[in-house]
Amino acid sequence: MTAVAEKLMLPEPRGPAGRLSDFFWKHPHVLLTVLLAPPLLWLGVVYIGSLFALLLQSFFSIDDFSGLINYEFTFATYRQLLSETNLDIILRTVSMAATVTVASALIAFPIAYYAARYAQGKWKVLFYLGVMLPLWSSYLVKIYAWKLILAKEGILTWLFEKLHLLWLLDAWLSLPVVGGNSLSVSYTGTFIVFVYVWMPFMILPIQAALERVPTNLIEASSDLGGTPAQTFRHVLFPLALPGIVAGSIFTFSLTLGDYIIPQIIGSSRLFIGQAVYAQQGTAGNIPLAAAFTVVPIVIMGAYLWMAKRMGAFDAL
Amino acid sequence: MTAVLFDNVSRHFGAVRAVDGVNLEIAEGEFFAMLGPSGSGKTTCLRLMAGFEQPTGGHIEIFGETAEGVPPYRRSVNTVFQDYALFPHLSILDNVAYGLMVKGVGREERRRAAEDALAMVKLPGYGSRRPGQLSGGQRQRVALARALVNKPKVLLLDEPLGALDLKLREQMQEELKILQKSLGITFVFVTHDQGEALSMADRIAVFNDGRIQQLGSPEEVYKQPKTRFVADFVGSSNVLPAKLCQRLGVTSSFASLRPEAIVLSAPGDGALSLSGTVSAHSFLGAVTRVVVDVDGSRISVATPASLVVPKVGSPVTISFAADELHPMEDA
Amino acid sequence: MRSDRLNRSPLGLKIAAAAGLAFMHVPILLIFLYAFTTEEKSYQFPPPGLTTQWLAVAWNRPDVWAALTLSVKVASIATTVALVLGTLCAAAVSQTRFFGRETISLLVILPIALPGIITGIALRSAFSMAEIPFSFWTIVLGHATFCIVVVYNNAVARFRRISGSLIEASMDLGADGFQTFRYIILPNIGTALLAGGMLAFALSFDEVIVTTFTAGQQSTLPIWMLEELIRPRQRPVTNVVAMIVVLVTFLPILGAYYLTRDGDQIAGAGK
Repeated sequence: MTAVAEKLMLPEPRGPAGRLSDFFWKHPHVLLTVLLAPPLLWLGVVYIGSLFALLLQSFFSIDDFSGLINYEFTFATYRQLLSETNLDIILRTVSMAATVTVASALIAFPIAYYAARYAQGKWKVLFYLGVMLPLWSSYLVKIYAWKLILAKEGILTWLFEKLHLLWLLDAWLSLPVVGGNSLSVSYTGTFIVFVYVWMPFMILPIQAALERVPTNLIEASSDLGGTPAQTFRHVLFPLALPGIVAGSIFTFSLTLGDYIIPQIIGSSRLFIGQAVYAQQGTAGNIPLAAAFTVVPIVIMGAYLWMAKRMGAFDAL
Repeated sequence: MTAVLFDNVSRHFGAVRAVDGVNLEIAEGEFFAMLGPSGSGKTTCLRLMAGFEQPTGGHIEIFGETAEGVPPYRRSVNTVFQDYALFPHLSILDNVAYGLMVKGVGREERRRAAEDALAMVKLPGYGSRRPGQLSGGQRQRVALARALVNKPKVLLLDEPLGALDLKLREQMQEELKILQKSLGITFVFVTHDQGEALSMADRIAVFNDGRIQQLGSPEEVYKQPKTRFVADFVGSSNVLPAKLCQRLGVTSSFASLRPEAIVLSAPGDGALSLSGTVSAHSFLGAVTRVVVDVDGSRISVATPASLVVPKVGSPVTISFAADELHPMEDA
Repeated sequence: MRSDRLNRSPLGLKIAAAAGLAFMHVPILLIFLYAFTTEEKSYQFPPPGLTTQWLAVAWNRPDVWAALTLSVKVASIATTVALVLGTLCAAAVSQTRFFGRETISLLVILPIALPGIITGIALRSAFSMAEIPFSFWTIVLGHATFCIVVVYNNAVARFRRISGSLIEASMDLGADGFQTFRYIILPNIGTALLAGGMLAFALSFDEVIVTTFTAGQQSTLPIWMLEELIRPRQRPVTNVVAMIVVLVTFLPILGAYYLTRDGDQIAGAGK
């Protein structure tokens, strides 16, 4: 036996790192605080702080003569927000967001369904990348691509001409509301680009929801005599709905706040995003711009609450 | 010397008393089993020894030193985890050498030690593989080598054989026992399989509801269950209710009686007997299990398969030596 | 395996899915065609001729280089900040159970869930209230804020896959907290962090909405493109830049995919 008694526990932590490690082990809450402090300071203080400061400004008003902000609590700005022109902007934006969402769901569903149910192995990977690459491609480049396509001298006009369908395009453009001088300055153009840019966000949530539907449910339905249409309506669609709602959170919210697409491709009538941009920029009316931002926040808040009740968050 | 000492140890999670006033003393070099159903507190006791949990009450000593407040990485105690917990990004050799590496042992020395440890668990030459390339039984051996290479004072094993198939399990039981005897390390073994505990351990602690129901040698626990729970959980002893106990002259309210201790015949000298009717029997290979209905209590009897078994419904007398009847504490 | 015939997809579905995918990809492919057109003044289709001269023209444009350099710098620093903050957050949320982890998740996702214009204008008015002049750092601050979520999502998914017993096993074998982090946690979350970082880089590199509010006079590559979109002055150069942007953003996406393909998927919701 050696003279030194063999100790079971190591007597002393080795070095400052060892001591610090022991300290964190004994006080896990200190470690948690150390971990959380930087991100919480950044997001909780800087970001949330900025948001609150912005919302606060919506309760101030702008002095019509001097153009300076009057720091007194008032609902005047909100009264201004509810003027007819502004309500018009809100209504236009919300209906556009709703239409874009519906169209996105219609286009996304077959892709998601095919990827979830039929694509296997290599094809599955190809589908996944085929969705991810356009989804992550540059937003501006995507808009730019449509500027090329929708231009009067662009590919779409050329295509219609080759198919001898120019009369159809002209007839569509001569319609009120959706028409215009050319597709690139019409609501139809704005709508197409919105759908193009935001639709990919719809595919993955729907696919995730569909992948959770066991195949035998569909077989059970057809086994019980359901036609494909009935199976779709009564089995598949209800089960995919949470995915659709989850996807619609993106398409709806992103359309609601966008100001670049309608500015580049669309008519001169404003959307919420453009109004916010114009109010804070050229008009210098920060309170009204702030009040305008409350609209998408409130709409999305209500939307998220509804989506949560439908169980859409499980499909995210 | 006492390897592990629990003095009235409790671990409560809010209102849940996972471990509730446990006293035990594990001797150095002992193969100790903690047996019980899931949620009985046996695994929490193991985690208290390893240092993953801290007691909310009581005192723990490991080789005479206070264990409370000592982090797991400062204990000369190593664990074989239920899911083996091999590091997926490291080779088998690096897995086994991990403990030595973090303690600052030189590269060459720890490689040699790890290879020796792998040879000891009969996996020589497997060092360059990855955990994902091994079978369940092989991973189990690696987990064992990874713990033993550190020469722990106490080795903790958390249901290490649970994921193995029957044949492999029996083989590993044998090997573990031999390994433990040759190394002389204290093994503390958690299991819910009573057969495993009985065949491997020097002593068994039977757990239920966070408490130790009985602590003793396998034979004691099996033959003389102290409580009804132990009788039910360990082996398949019959539990005789108060009514029958009274008739047999036992004062306690319950008594246990093992099926193998009963014969289907008239009593000999000094034997006790009961009469009833045969209500079922099933052939189990070496023995036939006969269920006898005695005044509404079903008593099972294990009789050699070579004997003729009475028909279902026929009256029968069962008898047994008086000292086979063990009075028990309340339910 | 079930017979393929039973599992064959209906023709209508096949066509709809193929058409949907074509709708997603054809416009991007057109960008590649237009980068080589000889037409300078309009978006004429089909192009009257093809040329590679615009590549050289774009190469020699100092304003494009300046914008590209700024974008890469901003994206690098924003990604670094997001990596640190996102990993800290993910570690705190996954390794400990504490009150309010749902709130943390919501807080991280908020900058991306709210329309970019709200984040942008909120930061802008906060800068002006705090009298912080617009600079390189105000752009970085905005970008890092919405990049955290991408790193966080990737890291949280991977943390969830490291079984708790792995960390316990490491400590059991004598590794203290720092050693466990270095030898066990970091190697296991490394690829997820790399993937998250790549996506964060792609996100920052492409961002325009928040940037318009936090950039002041400087122009990142997307800002440069936006100006070209609103007032086209040099269409051929824009065509080439658009093509290069597509190519540059594809690389991190493919890289991130290959790093995370076994198991957790890239958080597609992160944009």
